[in-house]
Amino acid sequence: MRGSRRKVLKAGAALAAAASFPRAALAQAGPIRIGMSMPQTGTLGAGGQAALVALRLWVDDVNQRGGLLNRKVELIAYDDQTNPANVPGIYTKLLDVDRVDLLIAPYGTVPTAPIMPMVKQRGLLLMGNFSFQVNAKVQHDMWFNNSPWNDASSWSDGFIRAGQRAGAKSVAILAADQEFAQNLANGARELAKKGSIKSVYDQNYPPATTDFSSLIRGIRAARPEMVFVMSYPNDSVAIIRAVNEIGVGPQVQVFGGGMVGLQFTPIMTSLGSLLNGVLNYNSYVPGMKYPGIEDFLGRYAKRAAEAKVDPLGFYLPPFNYAIGQMYEQAINATKSLDHKAIAGYLRQNEMKTVVGPIRYDKSGEWANPRVVQAQFRGIVDKDMEQFRKPGKQIVIYPDAYKTGDVITPFEKARSAK
Amino acid sequence: MIFSFDLLFEAVLFGVLLGCFYAAVSIGLSVSFGLLDVPHVAHPAIMVFGSYCAYIVAGWGLDPILAGLVLMPAFFVLGVLIYRFYYETFERRGSEAGVRGLAFFFGLAFIIEVGLILVFGVDQRTVQAPYIGSSLALGDYRLPYRMLVAFGVALVLTAALTLYFSKTFTGRAIKAVAQDEPALRLMGANPVRIKQWAFGIATGVSALAGAMLIIIGPVEPAMDRVYIGRTFCVVVLAGLGSMTGTLAAGLILGIAESIVLMLFGASWAPAVAFGLLLLVLGIRPQGIFGR
Repeated sequence: MRGSRRKVLKAGAALAAAASFPRAALAQAGPIRIGMSMPQTGTLGAGGQAALVALRLWVDDVNQRGGLLNRKVELIAYDDQTNPANVPGIYTKLLDVDRVDLLIAPYGTVPTAPIMPMVKQRGLLLMGNFSFQVNAKVQHDMWFNNSPWNDASSWSDGFIRAGQRAGAKSVAILAADQEFAQNLANGARELAKKGSIKSVYDQNYPPATTDFSSLIRGIRAARPEMVFVMSYPNDSVAIIRAVNEIGVGPQVQVFGGGMVGLQFTPIMTSLGSLLNGVLNYNSYVPGMKYPGIEDFLGRYAKRAAEAKVDPLGFYLPPFNYAIGQMYEQAINATKSLDHKAIAGYLRQNEMKTVVGPIRYDKSGEWANPRVVQAQFRGIVDKDMEQFRKPGKQIVIYPDAYKTGDVITPFEKARSAK
Repeated sequence: MIFSFDLLFEAVLFGVLLGCFYAAVSIGLSVSFGLLDVPHVAHPAIMVFGSYCAYIVAGWGLDPILAGLVLMPAFFVLGVLIYRFYYETFERRGSEAGVRGLAFFFGLAFIIEVGLILVFGVDQRTVQAPYIGSSLALGDYRLPYRMLVAFGVALVLTAALTLYFSKTFTGRAIKAVAQDEPALRLMGANPVRIKQWAFGIATGVSALAGAMLIIIGPVEPAMDRVYIGRTFCVVVLAGLGSMTGTLAAGLILGIAESIVLMLFGASWAPAVAFGLLLLVLGIRPQGIFGR
């Protein structure tokens, strides 16, 4: 009896071992899975889809080179509909059901914020995707943002300085009632305070605002000398239109600052000449030279046409491709998928990407931010091709990329060539 | 906060224009939900579909508002077909029709949204017209032409529908079916055909409303979600089924929103609008013009 029990136990153990070997071998041979949620519909959907085209381009490139650690790379991306409430559920599924090896954050501050506590609690590396200050309070040591800014001054400083140089002593602040815009507005308020600039108008508008005529009229009545706006794509279009219809007053020296959407080709094309004079942030404008950027943009344009997304893709796509490049360098160097090892490498080394070299500070943001403030000039209607050429967005900040001086006041800049 | 009577007057002026736009985008729902009692939550999605159709037709060189007018007959037929399907599959089947109908129209809204994404992608779409981006200057006041166009279209639409429902036989039959369906049947009229016709009108009007939506601002496939709350708010505030009430409710909402946006905290604008709805319903549960 004892003998037969031993035989049964041995046979069971052997079966279990045999069953586990092929599984382990298969797991090694299976693809490296990178998971993310991405706004593919809703307010940020246009940007999100363009970013996905770039990430998929990197996946194809890396797989053509033989993959990572001799394994193919697979991207799993779910649509979060620009709804932050969907994001934690998606990442739980990615981790617990899809069993992804690596993570990338969704595009934007608002969708990223809800998963920060979760990745910190689970000790996971998260590559940020154009979010703003989401790690400021969480202080996760395995967070690395791909966006070219770090604190609020890196974003707003160029704009405020341009206004000050033109003699502006007062500011109007108009911000969307959303996490990103509020973070940015707080930074602008601090900068204004430091520069002894008087705030004469400060409003947060609700997300579903239909028409901005009333708000722009309110700003005109306050007679500010600079107008700093933090808005989302649909709102940005409506604000630019309202400014052209209602006017902000001849005393305004600079207008713009943090308007999301004015970097997207379809929006730039549809607004056309209404953009002239606006001084706004950007991540890349034609004329900025980085190794590989032109090759990337050429290949992206072909895929974008097939996917019916932003045909030029200057804003988000190169920076999303850079996420892939950074993962590739860190994994090849550490020969590991261990999140701590990859994070350690990213923290200590300078990454080479299509958007130039990236070095991280201790909070996981760029140690050397390079947000550009560029002024639209000489834009004509119904011409997408004009945005491919240098000279339509004059970089006035930072000095390293400067291609011209800001034209003030705003009214004069609107008719400048 | 800056206050002057000039600014207040201008806020009211902008509010009137905005309110007329709200009335114009709600008037189709006033027919389908207000008169026919159909829980038509897909109304804003059909309107956004109308915007995209107007975008295509405007691309051929036609004015966006004219494009909306041209599209109205096609949308009328679409409305007739939607109602027929809804009637056969849901309304005819008894007491739970309302709840199931809600699911049907939510489903329809999602199908339209996803269909638009598949065909057009998620980028915002806009149209060009001489009245977009410029304004009428009256002294210090500047009134955006696109809002003036919406104002005019809303007034014409309200007047036309009010006259149609009060002066024509079919119009009166639509009002009758809303009040007493069995009585209408006893008089020899077919309530289903009447409702089908009315739903066609509601959907036809959505084509024009969609054209207005795209001249006011850019549209994207998920934009219907922004308008679900607002359009139902206008229709309920008006008193279900009242066309002039819809215009009045739109104006109240627009003026309240504009004053709050310009003179008080902009963040409060949605709260004030829906607070007004609660207040009116507290005093007059049937709405301003409801019986």
